[in-house]
Amino acid sequence: MAKATPTPRTPAKTKTPKRKIARKPVTSAEELLSYYRQMLLIRRFEEKAGQLYGMGLIGGFCHLYIGQEAVVAGVQGNAQPQDSVITSYRDHGHMLSCDMDPKGVMAELTGREGGYSRGKGGSMHMFSKEKKFYGGHGIVGGQVPLGTGLAFAHKYNKDNGVCYTYFGDGSVNQGQVYESFNMAQLWSLPVLYIIENNKYGMGTSLERHSSNIELYQRGAAHGIPGVQVDGMDVLAVRDATAKALEHVRGGKGPYILEMLTYRYRGHSMSDPAKYRSKDEVSKVRSEQDPIDNLRELIMKTKAADEATLKEIDREIKVIVTEAAEFAKASPVPDPSELYTDILVGE
Amino acid sequence: MPIQILMPALSPTMTEGNLASWTVKEGDSVRSGDVLCEIETDKATMEVEAVEEGIMGRILVSSGTENVAVNTVIALILEDGEEASALDGFEVAEPVDTTSPAPIATDSPAMAAHADPVAPTAPELLEPEYSGPMISQTVRESLRDAMAEEMRRDTNVFLLGEEVAQYQGAYKVSQGLLDEFGSDRVIDSPITEYGFTGLSVGAAFGGLRPIVEFMTFNFSMQAIDHVVSSAAKTLYMSGGQMGCPIVFRGPNGPASRVGAQHSQCFAAWYSQVPGLKVVAPWSGADCKGLLKAAIRDPNPVIFLENELLYGTTFDVPESDDFVLPIGKAKIERAGTDVTITAFSRMVGMALDAAELLAADGISAEVINLRSIRPMDTATIVASVQKTNRIISVEEGWPQSGVGAEITAVIMEQAFDDLDAPVVRITGEDVPMPYAANLEALVLPTAEKIAAAAKSVCYA
Repeated sequence: MAKATPTPRTPAKTKTPKRKIARKPVTSAEELLSYYRQMLLIRRFEEKAGQLYGMGLIGGFCHLYIGQEAVVAGVQGNAQPQDSVITSYRDHGHMLSCDMDPKGVMAELTGREGGYSRGKGGSMHMFSKEKKFYGGHGIVGGQVPLGTGLAFAHKYNKDNGVCYTYFGDGSVNQGQVYESFNMAQLWSLPVLYIIENNKYGMGTSLERHSSNIELYQRGAAHGIPGVQVDGMDVLAVRDATAKALEHVRGGKGPYILEMLTYRYRGHSMSDPAKYRSKDEVSKVRSEQDPIDNLRELIMKTKAADEATLKEIDREIKVIVTEAAEFAKASPVPDPSELYTDILVGE
Repeated sequence: MPIQILMPALSPTMTEGNLASWTVKEGDSVRSGDVLCEIETDKATMEVEAVEEGIMGRILVSSGTENVAVNTVIALILEDGEEASALDGFEVAEPVDTTSPAPIATDSPAMAAHADPVAPTAPELLEPEYSGPMISQTVRESLRDAMAEEMRRDTNVFLLGEEVAQYQGAYKVSQGLLDEFGSDRVIDSPITEYGFTGLSVGAAFGGLRPIVEFMTFNFSMQAIDHVVSSAAKTLYMSGGQMGCPIVFRGPNGPASRVGAQHSQCFAAWYSQVPGLKVVAPWSGADCKGLLKAAIRDPNPVIFLENELLYGTTFDVPESDDFVLPIGKAKIERAGTDVTITAFSRMVGMALDAAELLAADGISAEVINLRSIRPMDTATIVASVQKTNRIISVEEGWPQSGVGAEITAVIMEQAFDDLDAPVVRITGEDVPMPYAANLEALVLPTAEKIAAAAKSVCYA
């Protein structure tokens, strides 16, 4: 093909979604700061993970969430205790948003006994049954039927729970995604599908991998409603999620939220990201960074002053440093662990 | 003390790289996320971003330096308020060893017990003693009763699959279940194996106990990713948190005149996977006792039935509590001259062969494996120690098959007991033909088994 690669869309250029989400007028200072704290924790945690990877303390594949923080923060801000969460291998941010301990997450990245999977899962395979976080799955799209099954269990148990099933734009062409959509709508399962559209499935841009790039329409053939959301704006994410949850928790079946977002780093640590220009990345970073924009909003609305934000920065730095120290100090798994956890009860 | 910037590893295999260029200079202030320098690896040139914030204090490895070892200190950043004098005394350093030695738990009793990890040995399993009333019923009815009894016992158990509810089962195995348990627990699925298998595994993670019916196991290939990657591996990957109590059941192996895509044995395929149990019953009692065990088991169980046996009648214990242990083989016929192992429909074939052999004065011991994983190697080895000869029978293909596994086990554990080489009777190494005469050539028969047994007895 002689044609040049089309310039990928950035959220700013995206046309207004058909169903516009109205922003709630009232947001408390406390709520803004809670989002700020959470997103900053993810950002700093991921930067630290990247650094530990560079030092050889984290191995294999390591997919960072930097740039996409507003998505998980805005969605999980709506979660109720009975709800469940499942996602792909770009999962560190989701775990932190599920209130999992940064120490346990980081120690899993370093493959240590103190990790959530006791060192046997790694970056892509981490779980917390206690926090209802069901992974961390390494097969692209595999979590979509699994999440649909968690929703099946919510309905079977009549616990009023919803399963938040996250997947990337790269997975939307997997057949199992449509198999799941069909059953979820057919059986009115309480599942919220969140497509994190960061524009690239590994190194292939959305325009090069999808015949229809309006991903929120992917459920249309099954009658599943969907909207496109500015995934760089935590409040837009929060509000779109709240509206979608009225539908899902109301027993009307699944709903699709397409989050327009962007990952600043490569697909994984070893990806030089030559498929996009430096200008494209720096433009998103300077104009749409979800944390910078929230910080600006906090200052503008006087939800907090500079000193308060600095104090939060400091708190987060301490949490992340402690997580890294824990992850370095935690022992490697005992060799006897090799043959445990293969079967329950044996 | 200034922050040390180390030469990073940018891929799992990188040990050194070239420092192509610095994009900041000494005295520049840096924010986290700022690009500091570009590094050439063996695959690509990549940017290195700052994690900490401060002032670039000193660049220790200049632009264009080649073969810089990972973890060499390449620059120093001064933190807020830190004096430039803090940089004194820092020169290009040897690589910092960040990775080893990783701390090892020293107070662990397991460490003291054995230096090398040891695979657990199989627990001793006992055949349950049953002396109660028996009922004569078809295999189809035994399977149905097993499901019904377990669904009465545990409301978390449900059945999902194609045609299991209103149609009463493609092979009528689920007859009557919809009437008794309703459409919330007996669920007709769309024809969507990958999807409904993943969905059911997710439901098991969510605390339910699904029974997934594959109309035949041939279609499970559409879904094998979720059987292996999701159901079998997640317990391990989660450090023991996420069990997956699920049964995948349905007819397996050659049926009759249905051609290559509908005639395949999956026992060897699934038996290779740690994290799965694989069961292949023969008799009605096997079917009932093992299916009940599979449904109660906290692990994923592959339950391989046989369409040609569904209408066969056996005497079956008439009891809700008759449960067989998974992993225990059964000696169906005791003998002294040669051991014959078989599973599923081939057990009947092996018993027929034993009759033929008896007429020739050869006493064959027939072992019904019942469980392919875990395999009851103790029973097989004990039998070989008595008979000194063994042949294995299966309908599946020869390469890397169940017989190949048994052969290896005998080599490892009973080599000195053998008076003849192990012989495998398998389905022929071809896709199943449709023509009746060719199909018959593919499959093991009592005559083929008897002839093989005679050959190892040198009779």
